[in-house]
Parts: sequence; structure tokens; C-alpha cells
Amino acid sequence: MTDVAIVGIGMHQFGRTEGVSGQDQGVVAVRRALADAGAKWEDMQFAFGGSLAAGAADTMVSKLGLTGLQFINVANGCATGGSALFSAYSTIQSGMFDVGIAIGFDKHERGAFRVATARSGPEGYYGASGLALTTQFFGMKINRYMQQYGITQNTLAKVAAKASRNGSLNPLGWRRKPLSEEEVLNSPMLSYPLTQYMFCSPAEGGVALILARADVAHKYTNKPIYLKAAVVRSRRFGSFEVLAPHLALEHGDGPTIDASKAAYEMAGMGPKDIDVAQLQDTETGAEVMHMAENGFCAHGEQEFMIQAGETEINGKLPVNTDGGCLANGEPIGASGLRQVYENVLQLRGDAGPRQVPNNPKTAYTHVYGAPGISGVTILSR
Amino acid sequence: MPGQVAVTEGAFTWPSDSPRLLGSRCTSCNNHMFPAQDGCPRCTGTETERVELGTRGTLWTWTVQGFPPKAPPYIGDDNPLTFKPFGVGYVELPGQCKVEARLTEADPAKLKIGMEMELVFIPLKVDEDGNEIITFAFKPVES
Repeated sequence: MTDVAIVGIGMHQFGRTEGVSGQDQGVVAVRRALADAGAKWEDMQFAFGGSLAAGAADTMVSKLGLTGLQFINVANGCATGGSALFSAYSTIQSGMFDVGIAIGFDKHERGAFRVATARSGPEGYYGASGLALTTQFFGMKINRYMQQYGITQNTLAKVAAKASRNGSLNPLGWRRKPLSEEEVLNSPMLSYPLTQYMFCSPAEGGVALILARADVAHKYTNKPIYLKAAVVRSRRFGSFEVLAPHLALEHGDGPTIDASKAAYEMAGMGPKDIDVAQLQDTETGAEVMHMAENGFCAHGEQEFMIQAGETEINGKLPVNTDGGCLANGEPIGASGLRQVYENVLQLRGDAGPRQVPNNPKTAYTHVYGAPGISGVTILSR
Repeated sequence: MPGQVAVTEGAFTWPSDSPRLLGSRCTSCNNHMFPAQDGCPRCTGTETERVELGTRGTLWTWTVQGFPPKAPPYIGDDNPLTFKPFGVGYVELPGQCKVEARLTEADPAKLKIGMEMELVFIPLKVDEDGNEIITFAFKPVES
């Protein structure tokens, strides 16, 4: 099968950019990715792009140039960016095109995500009764997990403190002020056991990644980063997912476990081969649970690993080196691609003050969200 | 005359002396769903029948909603000055399914995974005509 390389990356500042639409943030990301690859917009043979709340991606051609390229909009909930990347990867693998671009951007209102729910019929009670909040799911999942596996609230605070320290080293990040564990624990309780500073916030931003056949990658970069796996999975029966009015009595593995296993198989690697990981951290409990769901430890081992600093930038398994969703916020359409952007920087050795030491060779990303969907990628030099 | 009105039709029997949640059951594999739906996500079967769900179960997990949900879709009190936190949890109904619901208890010290819960009905707000809008919740069983 054709190998696929990432040959250009671009990102628009995450956070809040007043007066700039989500799509325009995507346009900035595209131009930066083109500059990074030394390519022109007219070199792009195809594009996949999307946002959740900031409109269709394909109309950006009126700003970038009407070149007639194949441009397909992607809308896949929280895996929108990951799905754009998967689609670009598959398109090159199929032999249809040699070079193209995956784009994700978004711009959300302040506060918790407003979930569109039915107003009437049997489902109408859900939003009306105050149950349609993604934050509740995360509180309930980690609350049960802490009791089952002995994770402490101090560990949840440590994850937020690490994210803020890493974020302070990220010039394109949003929240740049390091927070202490005390500040995290003393912030308002939003959804027990999770406090305000343990949650990420909906935000704004854009990311673009240029992909090419590996055998033409040298035309664009002397540091190609190879995409060894890109996988998206939806939920199976019995899993515990966000915004579920009921759950089955029996338990089934969630989409993260499925996507992770498939990605390792596709890449011919295992968790022990990974040098740096970006894991979905909608809140700090999610990062903790996703360490195990992605195969990096057994359930409960996170307590020791995090207390021992193993997930710090200079630790055994650096996790969320750019500050993750916690420090960057979560513009849904761009979030999964931000993780890949960070991993490309890390594998090129271009991550500056937050560079993982000892020349990392492999990197892993994992995105999770509504309605129970996960995307995983594995990169290597 | 003002009365009590269900938040939506079809989620529970209302009005009734002993209101129950309305789910559905797959006639091929016995999987239970709430609210009722056609089509079974477990066995992919297409034959389901309406069933009234049990009124008692155990708390599977829980949280406390600490800030006012956005309105819409929420119809309860969304004023940050008067909003009171409320519990949310999944209650496991034996032989059926786990139902997500509001809890009448919002004190973390009084909520425990595995505790016995029972179905109750609570007002969300009073509408322009003076009617109480009713939804369901689960309440710890006093021992």
C-alpha cells in the first residue's frame, strides 16, 4: 500500500479571536500549512474539511482560490477533524491523488456546549429536564472510575496543573498561565468530582495538514512525518457514552478501545513503541481514563504514573505536550488535527521549549466525543 | 384550573395514580430501551413492544450539576443567582436497563454508588397558565 506523509502543517491561534470567523481561522491555517510545505494552493489536488459550528469548509475556496479542486465537507461530530484526516489518508492510499489537504476549524459560543435536542415526543424531556450536558457524562464516568480503580482527586488536579504548565510553553495555545493544584481544586465545582479548572472550554481555532504520497514527500519537506495509522470508530452495544438517556445492563468496550486496537494493528506497533501521546482531555478524568483505554497502562495504574510524573514532557510517556484541550480549548472541528499538528512538531524536533527529549520517533493521537466516537492516529519519522 | 403537566408526552404515563417510565423491549432478545424506540441496537431486530419500566433500582453512577444548564433546551431555573445544584445519575433497573435521570439529592456526601433508589416525579417550573411542568427523578430510598 502507498505510504502517506504529512508534509506541511499550519495552525491558527486557539482560544478567542474576536472579529475573525471560524472559517477565516481555517483559511489562515491553510496558508500557513502551504507556506510550511513550500506549496501553492493550486498544487492541492483535493481537500477534506469541516467544522461543527462554524459553517461549511468548502466555501473557503472563494478566498483561497477557485482552482476547481475536489473539496468535500466533513461533518462527524467530535471526530470531524479526525475524519477529514482519515479521508485524506485513504484518498492518497487509494492512488487517486498525490497531494491534498485536511482542514478543521471552529468557533463556539461561551460556556458549556448547547446540545440540540428534540423539543417534543418521548425524547423531549431530556434537554428540558437539564440532562443534555456533556459535562455530566464526564463527571459520572470518572466518579465511577475513581471508586472502581482508586484514582484520587489530587491526581485529577495534577493533570490540570500539567496541562497549564505545558500550555504556558505553547505560543499558539489559549490558556498560558500555570495553575497550581490548589487553584484547580479550589475552583468552583461544576460537575462533581470535577471543578472548573479540570474542564476544557469550547473555543476557536483552525488547523490544516498537507498530506502527500511518501515518494513525492521530498518535494515539499526534508522532514516528512509518516502517517502509519488513521482510524475512526463509533460505539458498540453496551458502551458508556456521552448524552445517553439509557445504558444497557451489559458492558461493552467503548469506541476508544476499538479505535486504538485497530490503529496499533494498522501501524504494526504496540503502546510500548509510542514515544509521545496526545489524548482527549475534555476534562482531567478523561485524560486519566484514556491512558488505559488506549493501552498505555492497566486501569488504576494511572494513579501511580501521574503522581510519579511519568506523563510530564520529560517523563516516560509524555501526554498532551501542548497543553491538550485543557489549555487550548476545544474548537471541535480543529481539535483532533491540533493533536496531530503537535505530534508533527515533536517528531520534527521543532517543539521548542516543550520538546520531548531524546528525539521521539513515534507519536499517538486520540480524540473522543459525541455521540460516542473516537479517532486515533499513529505517526512516525 | 391549573394542574400538573408532563414535560413531554410519551416518556412516562401521565396523568396517573402511579406513573411509570415508558420504555420498549425487543421481542427477540429482551433488550430494554428508554425512551421507547423502534429497532434494537443490541440484536438489530425490528420488533419491539412498549413496556412500563420498574420503579426501583440501584444507583450506578452519579454527579451533581453545579451550574445552570443553558436554556433552551433547559426549562428549569437557569438564573445563576437562584439556581440550585441538582443530582444526576444512572439508575440500574433490574432486568431492564440503566436510566439517566435527575436525582432529588444533590449532596455528594449523601450519594453512594449502589444505593437503593425509587422513581418520583418533580416540578421543573410553573408555566404561564399556572401549570406545574413535571419530569421524573430518582430519590434515595429511606432505610
